[in-house]
Amino acid sequence: MTPAPLFRIQDLHVRLRHRGGERTLVREVSLSVRSGQSVGLVGESGSGKSVSIKAAMRLLPRGTRAEGRIAFDGGDVLTLGRRELARYRSREVALIHQDPRAHINPTRTVGAFLTEGVVHTGQMNRAEATERACALMADVGITDAARRLHQYPHQLSGGLLQRVMIVAALLPSPRLIFADEPTTALDVTVQSDVMAILLEQIRERQVSMLFVTHDLDLAAAVTDRLAVMYAGSIVETGPSAEISARPLHPYTAGLLQCRPSTAEVKRLTAIPGRPVAAHEAGTGCSFAPRCPFAVERCRAERPHDRSIEGRTVACHRVEEIADRLEERAS
Amino acid sequence: MAVTLGTAGELTRRRFASLGRPALIASTLVAGGLTLIAVIGPWIAPYDPDATDVLAAHQGPGARHLLGTDSLGRDILSRALAGARLSFAGPAVIMLISTILGTALAIFSAWHGGRVDRMVNRLLNVMFSVPGVLVAVLSSAVFGSGFWAPVLALGVVYLPYMARVVRSVAVRERHRGYVESLQLAGMSSWRICLRHLVPNVLPIVTAQGTYGFGSALADFAAVSFLGLGIQPPAAEWGVMVSEGRSELLDGALQQSLSAGTLIVVTVVAFNVLGAQLSSRSGGRR
Repeated sequence: MTPAPLFRIQDLHVRLRHRGGERTLVREVSLSVRSGQSVGLVGESGSGKSVSIKAAMRLLPRGTRAEGRIAFDGGDVLTLGRRELARYRSREVALIHQDPRAHINPTRTVGAFLTEGVVHTGQMNRAEATERACALMADVGITDAARRLHQYPHQLSGGLLQRVMIVAALLPSPRLIFADEPTTALDVTVQSDVMAILLEQIRERQVSMLFVTHDLDLAAAVTDRLAVMYAGSIVETGPSAEISARPLHPYTAGLLQCRPSTAEVKRLTAIPGRPVAAHEAGTGCSFAPRCPFAVERCRAERPHDRSIEGRTVACHRVEEIADRLEERAS
Repeated sequence: MAVTLGTAGELTRRRFASLGRPALIASTLVAGGLTLIAVIGPWIAPYDPDATDVLAAHQGPGARHLLGTDSLGRDILSRALAGARLSFAGPAVIMLISTILGTALAIFSAWHGGRVDRMVNRLLNVMFSVPGVLVAVLSSAVFGSGFWAPVLALGVVYLPYMARVVRSVAVRERHRGYVESLQLAGMSSWRICLRHLVPNVLPIVTAQGTYGFGSALADFAAVSFLGLGIQPPAAEWGVMVSEGRSELLDGALQQSLSAGTLIVVTVVAFNVLGAQLSSRSGGRR
């Protein structure tokens, strides 16, 4: 029997109070991350991937309600008490944001930012924290760490600041890192550097990662497993390499088809229609209006997760269309 | 008066803010110089400000008494210099009270948001509607005239001005990502407010405090002028304007005029400086 995963979301629903009623933001999301594993959560803007992360950190804004079960190391995150929640957030998990500059107090030095948290929670004293921060900064390729500690955020470039954020995330030795589009706000040339550093660090330290991105190719390249989200639900889950090689859900296939190729010059294709939000989806499959394979049943009935080829796919016709999808995607 | 933030006050403030760097330098020099006088005034006064000399009463400006003497023969220049201390001490304490309480209320309101924020705003609106000098006069009537009754009352009256301005900046800061990061790092709300939010709203607090200081000085002098604050024979500008009134009939303008001019110059200097600081603090767009 395989051991229980480190982190597991089961049947998560997130609803937002809206004009007397409720709007669904995330529907029936289930996913798990094993110890040392990295999992990619891929989807368009508004597909609910960031909301899921926020729910996992208990950071949902007022007026939203999360239902279901989010388990970390056996404990239920949604019912953690004040102290346990603080401990979970500050020591067990860490969050790396898309925009590093917004998440650091601009009037404090980098050193103060890095050490304040771990010193305050009593994990280490100031000297130890400074020393460890310096060592980590060297690990993520920041030269002249001692000087950087005395600098202010505005004196650092975006790429450098994101490395500082990686240091901040690693400093309390968390077991799981949520990376919410950590390279999206960076310069293209810096993106791959920062991504490589992040990967190297989490592999070296055996830290698990839940990597949120809209870049399916990137996610497939850096993670062990993928979960593809559309309109607040996960439509396909499976090993990363297999998903990118042989997508089984029409949406995944559509995404893969859309990517530009450097091998040949061709017109960029797009999935027809526009992405819908979870609350706009009707009774049927939420992807049905844009799906080239949609039939009457797709529009009428919400598909359940089906297991096929070691993957989970939410599509009525997955068995029929699997081979045709592969053709289209390649 | 306390109505400086009404529509007309707001326009004046914009005008002050648009004056630019020369106004900043000039107002800093004037406000700084006057503050220095408030500190060292009694020591640089050429005469004892309370020494009467009936034989030298009612003198016009001259070589011995640069600004002349009053009806008791006291040197007006010495009284103006020495009186600066009391005239400044009043608004200083007023602003200290309103700044500390107002900032605390603003941060509290911004931090909790939602219902708490709405309640605080409503409370501030009620406080805004109360005329400042009237409250100070009432306070003196109930608790007796002197320094503390009007000062404590005006400290509360000036609170909403500080709270409203600081709250708007604090709300913006509170929703910046770094606050969330600090929460995730396990820090308590108290610590985040005191160590991060308060320092980050200090520029606007300083600007508003400076702006309010000028208005508070005018209000405090007004209460003394009405005979409910500082009592004669103590040297204070409001008292001097009041005492000089009887001499106006004799054509001796210098006492009321010099003290009145000092009040006006101080108010304008601090108002301009405050507007300049706030337009530079990034707190106002």
